[in-house]
Amino acid sequence: MPDLGKYADVVLSSYAVSILLIVALVGVSFWRARRVKAELDRVETRGTRRG
Amino acid sequence: MASIWEYANPVKFIRTTDRLLPWLSAAAVVTLLVGLVWGFFFTPDDYRQGSTVKIIYLHVPAALMAINAWLMMLVASLIWIVRRHHVSALGARAAAPVGAVMTVIALVTGALWGQPMWGTWWEWDPRLTSFLILFLFYLGYMALWAAIEDDDTAADLTSILCLVGSVFAILSRYAVNFWNQGLHQGASVMRAGALAGDTEERVSNVFAVPLFVSMAGFALLFIALVFLRTQTEIRARRTRALMARERMG
Repeated sequence: MPDLGKYADVVLSSYAVSILLIVALVGVSFWRARRVKAELDRVETRGTRRG
Repeated sequence: MASIWEYANPVKFIRTTDRLLPWLSAAAVVTLLVGLVWGFFFTPDDYRQGSTVKIIYLHVPAALMAINAWLMMLVASLIWIVRRHHVSALGARAAAPVGAVMTVIALVTGALWGQPMWGTWWEWDPRLTSFLILFLFYLGYMALWAAIEDDDTAADLTSILCLVGSVFAILSRYAVNFWNQGLHQGASVMRAGALAGDTEERVSNVFAVPLFVSMAGFALLFIALVFLRTQTEIRARRTRALMARERMG
């Protein structure tokens, strides 16, 4: 860990907030992608069964 | 040679991006990690700014992507207006949350950097103010998409909003050149003198090289997320269409 001196709080806060936001964005994107794909598969299967 | 407009076909777009996404995602993660770890752990403090210079590896790439995301949305919106390709409108929609998050990162890291350097978290400086307005445009753009049920109408109206907002995206980039006032410094990383090797203008390579790696990581992350989210929007649109057909039949 580098010695951040008197600015440690602002530097660490910057990294923490940014990494948190990026991870949340990636997580939500993958979660929604999976959910929407499953929903489309379900609707398409229903449509095929009905003919 | 295949025309770029072939990718306006949703099936072809999904098939192509499905092949690219694993590679893009891996490249984004590796590049971003290398840039940030290098910047945080292996660069020295600046002689004036101390360790706060390490914020540059987040602040500059995020600000760059916040503006570039809106410019990508502008191009996609223009393609929608002129050629009516749904994939381009959905691509713009997919990019908006990514751009909004980049704008938040730029604003938050800017405030955290500004406090010890300028003695204030916020100042109504031309660049900061235009960036805040850009963020509000992102929120407005996403809210407009969510508020309108008909996809084509939503795409039309959000495209117009995107054209208007582009003024602020450009202002965010060039505000410090238009108005020679405010706290925020002018461009120093990509300035002509800096690239030409002028030592007065130049950001030292010790800081510049990891910064460029981090910028590449943010750019790759943006592209990967926009591909993934555009696929999602295409599938969501198809689901809505099929469900509407079911209701009618």
